[in-house]
Amino acid sequence: MAQPQMRKPIESGIPENTKFLHPLLAKNYGNWKYHDRPRPGVLHHVAHGGDEVWTVRAGTQRQMDVYTIRKLCDIADQYAEGRVRFTIRSNIEFMVSTAAKVDPLIAKLEAEGFPVGGTGNSVTMISHTQGWLHCDIPGTDASGVVKSLMDELYDEFRREEMPNRVHLSTSCCEINCGGQADIAIIIQHTKPPKINHDQVANVCERPSVVARCPVAAIRPALVNGKPSLEVDEAKCICCGACFPPCPPMQINDPENSKLAIWVGGKNSNARGKPTFMKMVAAGLPNNPNRWPEVAAVVKKILNVYKEDGRPWERLSDWVERIGWPRFFEKCDLPFTKYLIDDWRGARVNLNASTHIRF
Amino acid sequence: MAKQLHPTPMLDALESGPWPSFVTGLKRLAADKDIAVDLLGQLETSYMTRKGYWKGGTVGVFGYGGGVIPRFTELKGADEQPIFKDAAEFHTIRIMPPAGMHYDTDTLRKFADIWERHGSGLIAFHGQSGDIMFQGCTTEAVQPAWDEINEMGFDMGGAGPAVRTAMSCVGAARCEQSCYDEAKVHRAVTNAFTDDLHRPSLPYKFKFKFSGCPNDCMNSIQRADMAVIGTWRDNIRTDEALVRAYFAKHGMTDLVNDVVARCPSKAIQVKEADKVKTGATISSVKVNDTHALEIENRDCVRCMQCINVITGGLAPGKDKGATILVGGKRTLKIGDLMGTVVVPFIKLDTDEGVESLVELTQSMIDFFAENALEHERTGEMIERIGLVNYLEGLGLEIDPAMVSAPRTNPYVRMDGWDEEVAKINAKKSA
Repeated sequence: MAQPQMRKPIESGIPENTKFLHPLLAKNYGNWKYHDRPRPGVLHHVAHGGDEVWTVRAGTQRQMDVYTIRKLCDIADQYAEGRVRFTIRSNIEFMVSTAAKVDPLIAKLEAEGFPVGGTGNSVTMISHTQGWLHCDIPGTDASGVVKSLMDELYDEFRREEMPNRVHLSTSCCEINCGGQADIAIIIQHTKPPKINHDQVANVCERPSVVARCPVAAIRPALVNGKPSLEVDEAKCICCGACFPPCPPMQINDPENSKLAIWVGGKNSNARGKPTFMKMVAAGLPNNPNRWPEVAAVVKKILNVYKEDGRPWERLSDWVERIGWPRFFEKCDLPFTKYLIDDWRGARVNLNASTHIRF
Repeated sequence: MAKQLHPTPMLDALESGPWPSFVTGLKRLAADKDIAVDLLGQLETSYMTRKGYWKGGTVGVFGYGGGVIPRFTELKGADEQPIFKDAAEFHTIRIMPPAGMHYDTDTLRKFADIWERHGSGLIAFHGQSGDIMFQGCTTEAVQPAWDEINEMGFDMGGAGPAVRTAMSCVGAARCEQSCYDEAKVHRAVTNAFTDDLHRPSLPYKFKFKFSGCPNDCMNSIQRADMAVIGTWRDNIRTDEALVRAYFAKHGMTDLVNDVVARCPSKAIQVKEADKVKTGATISSVKVNDTHALEIENRDCVRCMQCINVITGGLAPGKDKGATILVGGKRTLKIGDLMGTVVVPFIKLDTDEGVESLVELTQSMIDFFAENALEHERTGEMIERIGLVNYLEGLGLEIDPAMVSAPRTNPYVRMDGWDEEVAKINAKKSA
């Protein structure tokens, strides 16, 4: 039988974006003068030539069914001007050319269940991963964690009442696909992988699994007469790096895979240099369907920051001012020995000074 | 009409609350599609057992080596048959969006129609990779869905050890802080590497991200092997009307606390208007009739704080371009790595400038392909071989802007010191 004729891909790369731009964005491309925010969720940009464009930003569930997509398209066609864009945090933006179109658009979006906000000093949408819905190595879910938390942070999304913008992320394993954030929620494994020795030889390329381990805790071994791998459990740091290349080394554990909270990641160069986030809480249960223990810690940190942060202080700037001892005290979080870094380069995180706040 | 829903009490609870619910969306799909019914069944099981049930595999399209994320269920009964058979295959197709993630509704509706016909009807705008993710279809449906999407003018994203889908900010399209044409550069660089993007053959992934200014809205410094971050070399521009408008609204307290005191290099001062210095590197602007801001631009590190506070009143200069940083990534294996400077400034406002960046990127990828170990990212490779070896391999000039401080230890072979000094002096006098 003849092979069916296969279509060769058109290797076009990314398309030119000009035809997708709102006409005013295309017209004033590279020629914007300033912007302000007439209200939370709305950006107002003014071009050097005098053109103005209003952007209304709304939250979405990111994982969208086609009916939701069509609903957003209907809103864009009826209340905006047929163009939308998405932010890096899966908010949708509608651009309109007159101020008069802003309020009806907001009313329609909110009536259809899309909260308007996420601009300026708000808590914006959580950047997140795939979780149980689609990932092959998840320790927890992503969309459900985000839905639960955003339900609780709904008002903060729709207001601009924080000292500065707040970016959140969630990640369902320590690879941290959700990324750096002011507050990040990340799975933290606490036990070495459980190995299914019957499968290792068939499924895993053993030398590359050995090489993957950051602490050289994995070695080849013969188990029950079969070639397999074994883990020096005293050395193992439970990072899970062996699990993707070798699924029989199961790292996810319904009881012992916990959640940790990290704070102070900032990619912007504004004020201080960019910073990595730091672990401040761990051992929280992976507790679907609403992860209440995690939400309680996140909300506590947010509330203290909101109360105590000064204008323009990102979470990292605020902690830099008040110091870590007071951060842990104010947020009612235990500073345990596990929060003292001992990984490569850890000495830069030790206090090599007498700068101590009493 | 699809088959009957499985009971999903855990997920049902995620339909309440004010935030848009992905569960409600999945259930709407499940009214018509068995694949969505069974996806809900498997997801509910994960919520009950706290375990994931997907495994990878090998699924692709004709002509490409990557870009499809295969998922097969591992949730099987005693008979080894999938418990949720209609979602036993649930693959994702990664598609690269236009730079800046702009769409017209016609395009989005076509995407929705294609995915309704061939897949589950679930699409993510967008994944952390920066792709549109068409989630959930059978192995058989991948090729026909891809054919239709590709015919619309969209191409597949990267996966595995390959050049990956890039991201750029809204930039010049709608932002006054834009320092280069982010979309043009994003497209030019990405489209120069479609072969490396579609046919994974590198030691590991290689990512680009493009941010138009040092606010770095794309998180490029922390996430990209090559970060292109807009900046400028000349003086901060001022607009007195907008600065006065800011001051009238905010007053001296905010000006001092939010602008002057937050300048990280103390480059900005508030002065009596008649005492402001003049000079080639000074920007100054009156805030009212008696007081003015004075910025010594040689001291300014282009952090964006004052510009963010008084947007338009203060603005990036006119001699714009970008800083190139390489090596950003998350922890595994050697700890978190920020991208660090390898090109302090590059002009990107001409086709030649963009082409020189494409050439630099080509040499970065070539060097990475030849020198990185398997599963080693660029930042880890540089940590292993040292930045100087990397720069020399790429033919990039050493610059003190690449370090936060010179070396603090004496343990180094310095046989070539005199020759290096001679080279630098020769260049200075040339």
